[in-house]
Amino acid sequence: MPLLDRNGWKSDEFARYDAFFDAPAIIVPPETLNAALAERLPQQRIGVEIPNTFRPDLLAPVQDQLSLVIVQFPAFSDGRGFSIGRMLREQGYTGTLRANGRLVPDEFAFARSCGFDEIEMSEEHAARMPAEQWLAAAETFSIAYHNGPDAGASIFARRRQRRSEAA
Amino acid sequence: MYRYDEFDELLVRERVEQFRDQVQRRLDGSLTEDEFKLLRQMNGVYLQLHAYMLRVAIPYGTLSSRQMRQLALIAERHDRGYGHFTTRQNIQYNWPKLRELPDIFELLADVEMHGIQTSGNCIRNISADHLAGVAADEVEDPRPTAELLRQWSTLHPEFSFLPRKFKIAVIATAEDRAAIKVHDIGIRILRHPETGEAGYQILVGGGMGRTPMIGKVIRDFLPKQDLLAFVEAVLRVYNLEGRRDNPFKARVKILVHELGFDAFKARVEEEYAKLDGPTINADPAEVERIAAYFAPPAYETLPATSESFERHKQEDPAFAAFAETNLAPHRMPGYTALTISLKPIGKPTGDASADQMRVVADLAERFSFGEIRVTHYQNLVLPYVKLDDVYAIWQELKAADLAIANVGLITDIISCPGLDYCKLATARSIPIAEAIALRFADEERQRLIGELGIKISGCINACGHHHVGNIGILGLEKGGVENYQVTLGGDATENASLGERLGPGIDGDKVPDAIEKLVDVYLAERHENETFIEVVRRIGHDPFKAAFNEIVEGAARAAA
Amino acid sequence: MSVPKAAVKRPPLPAVLHANHVLDGDVIVWTGSEWSFDPQAALVAENDEQALQLEAVRDASQASGEVIEPYLVTVRRDEDGLFVPVHYRERLRTLGPSVRLDLGKQADLMGAQ
Repeated sequence: MPLLDRNGWKSDEFARYDAFFDAPAIIVPPETLNAALAERLPQQRIGVEIPNTFRPDLLAPVQDQLSLVIVQFPAFSDGRGFSIGRMLREQGYTGTLRANGRLVPDEFAFARSCGFDEIEMSEEHAARMPAEQWLAAAETFSIAYHNGPDAGASIFARRRQRRSEAA
Repeated sequence: MYRYDEFDELLVRERVEQFRDQVQRRLDGSLTEDEFKLLRQMNGVYLQLHAYMLRVAIPYGTLSSRQMRQLALIAERHDRGYGHFTTRQNIQYNWPKLRELPDIFELLADVEMHGIQTSGNCIRNISADHLAGVAADEVEDPRPTAELLRQWSTLHPEFSFLPRKFKIAVIATAEDRAAIKVHDIGIRILRHPETGEAGYQILVGGGMGRTPMIGKVIRDFLPKQDLLAFVEAVLRVYNLEGRRDNPFKARVKILVHELGFDAFKARVEEEYAKLDGPTINADPAEVERIAAYFAPPAYETLPATSESFERHKQEDPAFAAFAETNLAPHRMPGYTALTISLKPIGKPTGDASADQMRVVADLAERFSFGEIRVTHYQNLVLPYVKLDDVYAIWQELKAADLAIANVGLITDIISCPGLDYCKLATARSIPIAEAIALRFADEERQRLIGELGIKISGCINACGHHHVGNIGILGLEKGGVENYQVTLGGDATENASLGERLGPGIDGDKVPDAIEKLVDVYLAERHENETFIEVVRRIGHDPFKAAFNEIVEGAARAAA
Repeated sequence: MSVPKAAVKRPPLPAVLHANHVLDGDVIVWTGSEWSFDPQAALVAENDEQALQLEAVRDASQASGEVIEPYLVTVRRDEDGLFVPVHYRERLRTLGPSVRLDLGKQADLMGAQ
């Protein structure tokens, strides 16, 4: 499935399996995650794909071993994944964070501000929304009231910076 | 009032360009109508019965003369010469064209206005007491809190795709003029009983619609500096666990109800404990920066009474009537907050023509330090008026058909636009409001009846707040014809209560008769100085039900 | 909230096809060859074959996004022999607000019923 990050389309190094498999980068469902981590081969990268009803704190004990967490977005209007992404980052997850679903480009900056690095979508969805639209969308706002990689420091942070410079 | 710095301004400008591009992508097919619909709603753009509708945000109901003039210009240049003020202190235009909306948004941005998040499944306009800054008994002006929440909630990356809309209201007095008990989050600024420090009482889970509920207190006293983190915790629980399977069951009030309040509170506290307060909460210096914009205007030192004002009341009974209904007490001696009623008898409620908007802008500039308020009763307020100036203002209002002396009275009706405008409606509401107002047009009779709040909704979504009307009217459909249910005993104030149905639905043309019956019972039963709602609470609903039933039976006999 | 993809139940005939114009927002009707702002120009489907044609236009225009929310509306003949919507809501859509007779098609289109 097409995969996108801040630089455009990219190839997916990971593949999905129901359980542990001898391949360089695997994605497994939460039910078989612990077993897969137990069997992990040297250099192997393991990721998990979670529904957006999943409690992210359940991944905390193993998040240092995860290379990838995929959060499902069943509909573009279903924003649960944004909370999940942010919570994963708040609890210290530093691996790659991917959103999987029918997001629209106008959500790209929000997703990135919530900690997502990449978005996966169907061929049909990608056909309707070329990469230029996604990349342009990420640049739409140079300013925001919340911290994020695209608009940089939040407006509140910039005002604080101004105040300390003036002092 | 708040003035944008370069950051606020840049955000709004970039938002305009984003919308322009979204329209383009809709037209070239990159966005489906479903996708575009939610995105345009997040800029306040609805598709209604006859045309698009644009809802412009008026943050906590405060606007300047300059902004009002721009709203008038937009009404003339891009709409049909009028606007409608809403129950959430915003303004709506009923006839904008999509092709012109980017230009309209530019005009709005020129005066620090926008339609951001006035619709969609996100945090909506933060509303507040329309007497903020001037009410004598307020702990502090609630608007700096509202402005902070406005900024925090604008384009929030985590909370822009909630299960459903989310409404927050803020007050700072014991008297509730912003209906906080029927908001998703209601905030009351109060003093700590022991330390005297100002803080927040937080209520959650109030709302109207199909299943109205009164909000419950989730925190008795939250220190001011912890506000944003706590509100984030509430929003996070709602975003994660609010229902998404049924739009009629998707508000936070349903989640509170289904989890049980204690379990909901426990979830919020659980999330709150994990959040990093210092990262999320506002800098005290930022809070101060915002608050400075709401410093009192340059009041004159005046005596409490104005001789000329008193004299005019003596000499002119019509003016005395206006002074009795349309003026609110003010914290500054010699001043008043003057309400301009947008409830002309027999005409649509809450509308103002472009000319009328300019008259108001002008009066505000000359007599109210250039500031205007919008109330959730769909009226306007000049908040800083000298008693000395009221007579002159009243005369100019008269010339513009804006001097109706009915604030708080039976003809000061709240009505949603209803089926005359709204795609969601099941019946028309404005003609019902007009018919009731015409029936009770006599000013002396209105004053005799006193305070009585009628609220009308054209469908179960309850945008007319009928659940909390002293008399509520809900427009439905029965047998292919409009049919109206009447409720009794609602209250939107600190004594919040939900109305109960009086009986079966009735035809639209019977509604004024029904209201008369209810008023007759009240007048017959009331003790000295009792208001309508007080009589309802004292004697109960049965006498009113019996009177209402006469209308129902009369209609049944006529039909037989 | 996604729109269910199941077949929409056909309302009673005769019927016309309503929608809203994307760029202007106005109510429009299908004439048989194009979309018109004039409700009286609507093609009236009086039998199954004609209704199927309307439904085909409805589905195609919905899919293409060239109009917004197309749907069939039941009509009847009024005293003057003109076709008007049966339901009061749809009638309002062809006229305009009942509380502002100077606005909407009732004012903008001469001869609108």
